[in-house]
Amino acid sequence: MSDTTTEEELETVDMWVSGTEEPEPRDWGIASTDEGAQKMHLIESESRMREQTGTVVHDDFVHEEGSEDERMLLNMGPQHPSTHGVLRLQIELDGEIVRRTRPIIGYLHTGMEKTAEVLTFHQGPTNVTRMDYLAPFHNELCFSLAVERLLGIEVPERAQVMRILLTELNRISSHLVAMATNGLDIGAVSMMIYGFREREQILAFFEKTTGLRMNHNFIRPGGLAADLPPGWRQDVREILDTLPGRIAEYDDLLRNNPIWLERTKGVGVISADECRAYAITGPTLRAAGVPWDLRRAFPYSGIETYEFDVPVGENGDVYDRYRLRIEEILQSMKIVEQAMERMPKGDYRIDDRKITPPPRARIDESMEALIHHFKIFTEGFTVPAGETYVAVESPRGELGCYLVSEGGGKPWRMHTRAPSFANLQALPIMMADSLVADTVATIASLDPVMGDVDR
Amino acid sequence: MADVPRPPGILMSTVEMAARWAATRSMFPATFGLACCAIEMMATGAAHYDLARFGMEVFRASPRQADLMIVAGRVSQKMAPVLRQVYDQMPDPKWVISMGACASTGGMFNNYALVQGVDQVVPVDIYVPGCPPGPQSLMHGILTLHDKIMSGEILRHGAVPA
Amino acid sequence: MTDDKPTAGAGAAPEGVTSGDDTGAGTDNASAASVAGPALHPGDDLDGNPKAATAEEVAPRAVPDNEILRGLAEAFEEAEWTISAGQDVVRVPAEQFAEFGLAAREAGFEVCVDVTAVDWYRKRRTRFDVVANLLSHQHVLRLRVVTAVGGDEPTVPSLTPIWPGAGFAEREAYDMFGIVFDGHPDLTRILMPDDWVGFPLRKDFAVGSVPVQFKDSHKVT
Repeated sequence: MSDTTTEEELETVDMWVSGTEEPEPRDWGIASTDEGAQKMHLIESESRMREQTGTVVHDDFVHEEGSEDERMLLNMGPQHPSTHGVLRLQIELDGEIVRRTRPIIGYLHTGMEKTAEVLTFHQGPTNVTRMDYLAPFHNELCFSLAVERLLGIEVPERAQVMRILLTELNRISSHLVAMATNGLDIGAVSMMIYGFREREQILAFFEKTTGLRMNHNFIRPGGLAADLPPGWRQDVREILDTLPGRIAEYDDLLRNNPIWLERTKGVGVISADECRAYAITGPTLRAAGVPWDLRRAFPYSGIETYEFDVPVGENGDVYDRYRLRIEEILQSMKIVEQAMERMPKGDYRIDDRKITPPPRARIDESMEALIHHFKIFTEGFTVPAGETYVAVESPRGELGCYLVSEGGGKPWRMHTRAPSFANLQALPIMMADSLVADTVATIASLDPVMGDVDR
Repeated sequence: MADVPRPPGILMSTVEMAARWAATRSMFPATFGLACCAIEMMATGAAHYDLARFGMEVFRASPRQADLMIVAGRVSQKMAPVLRQVYDQMPDPKWVISMGACASTGGMFNNYALVQGVDQVVPVDIYVPGCPPGPQSLMHGILTLHDKIMSGEILRHGAVPA
Repeated sequence: MTDDKPTAGAGAAPEGVTSGDDTGAGTDNASAASVAGPALHPGDDLDGNPKAATAEEVAPRAVPDNEILRGLAEAFEEAEWTISAGQDVVRVPAEQFAEFGLAAREAGFEVCVDVTAVDWYRKRRTRFDVVANLLSHQHVLRLRVVTAVGGDEPTVPSLTPIWPGAGFAEREAYDMFGIVFDGHPDLTRILMPDDWVGFPLRKDFAVGSVPVQFKDSHKVT
């Protein structure tokens, strides 16, 4: 926090009040996972919180009564090289210090939830995969798990291990982009080139397996679209062999670099309590010290049987998030190694022909196969009525799918709980009372993907 | 290059050819990465599929200093006026590549939220299909644009090639 | 007439068919043959009033297993607890939505993961369901809180004073469905442009697809 924060601004009050009356400080008395019950400390006062959400607006010609500040409203984005997509920030500056921030989103709103009501369950992953486009397998996995839960089926073990293999490789490639853009935004331009270099290797493997470098539409309800290609072990082995050395290179490049440390340590701090109040999940939450990972808490797809650690940070600043992502890459490599070792023989999808299409060769031979194929690709399979919420741990946090089915072939309501959407709410907190030059580092460390935010 | 419209006279036509050559060899793209296609655009600029060999690795943040706008990604209703404003800010001569299915036609999202094709908002010179188009496809699109400029097919916006 | 709990204030108002862009299109689900679904609509009892029930459940469970949830059940008698696809769901009346949220937070649900809505257009008397997904880090527990609202301007107390993280999610539910969250500090459109008319995710708002256009090089100048 900057030194300009005076003592009287560090009040112990509620985070939020309804209406416009003066708040009474209330004691929630929640026992948090930190020792003892802690009250929340705000970085800024109550009135500023209200200003932050735009309930009370000051434009740059109106001065706050009694204050000598001259505030300037700065608009950052939506077309901006460093906002990680089409994010628009309305920043109120007091000289070089950011007082309040208002993220304005919706510039990439694609109406995916409406489109999901028009597509069948089998076509669903095509739509969902383009939400968080840096971690497409996670989107597909989340949706497929939700559909499978409503169907009440369980995919064969080979399919589960394949899913873990692909999603963890995706986590590696997503974190590489996060580190690359982190570095580029802060000024380490070579980091951008290095990050994408490793990503190319992983994307080449994805292309070999799924046919596409991104937005694969490969994990579908019932299993996967196809089996792993011959020679996949060699490809994965090559990735696992070259990656640790390269990660060590990047670490060397950045970890002890005084400029990097200066620009990332103590910048963009958020505390564990604030993370919980704002539903921040993922590396940001773990960097703030909360050891919460959905792969441990609510495991899916057999991930509880793999051995891996969940790295946890301390200070909740940009530097911790950067280190955490590197650690997560190393842990994901462990998981990929285990998945490769244990890949069982078997079916890559469930054998129920009403849900998964029959192999193409069978269509010429069997009438039922032809009918099933036709039904699945025109009408789609029907899912019994019900509703469910399934969440997976994507590289950005808790990616959830709330699916409501009416017994038809298309979802009645498909809502994706996007991690970046909630994580963006942390931005005003992180940026308050910090320098405007730290804005870019903060946004980059939060790693928002606007496709996820706006859907 | 038989029916390339050239200005009359040997001196001016050479200058014109030289100008076209210079324009293609030093195009500066403006950063207009919106969605998934932006990641593939970044990959095209990265080391493996190097855009720097065409002199284009520097993506200019300010549209005033750019002459190529690669609209990479889906354009929503809220973004369309921003797109037009950025396009208007670019100085002539400028070119637009519509990258990906969503930018070209609205892609798989034929719904209320997207502009169905970026050419409803800005004039487009090259459409690159794909979802997302791989770096090779994008480069093919860029090189096709270079060829079209060199051959004079695209003179400047609004003009009809003779 | 039986207690029509969730339509607080709206009384016997017919479910508002708000002016969308296109009334005819809707979605295919309205005409989709319900294959395995029950004859009753999930969320309705025999009189067509909403109650908590899902395909897997025949009768609502009176009391949940988990002791924390049981504590909440004792505090709120009008809440109905069920299990939907293996997850705990509680249906509360709309006026008690925020109260229940507050009690849940004090019971240990520190995180409100998501707030969203479902439009049961013409399938049910009360049109909307507002769904809040809660998560407890300390107890490793999830809970889904559902409430039904209807009427011309469906209003529900906001969860943002309790969990600030619900702010964006409630704005999105307002933007997409037109549900007003009472007590939200900044209830404005978040995804659509500020001057957009209509609420896109309502069932009477058409998808907005355009017929495929085959154009030969037209230019906008």
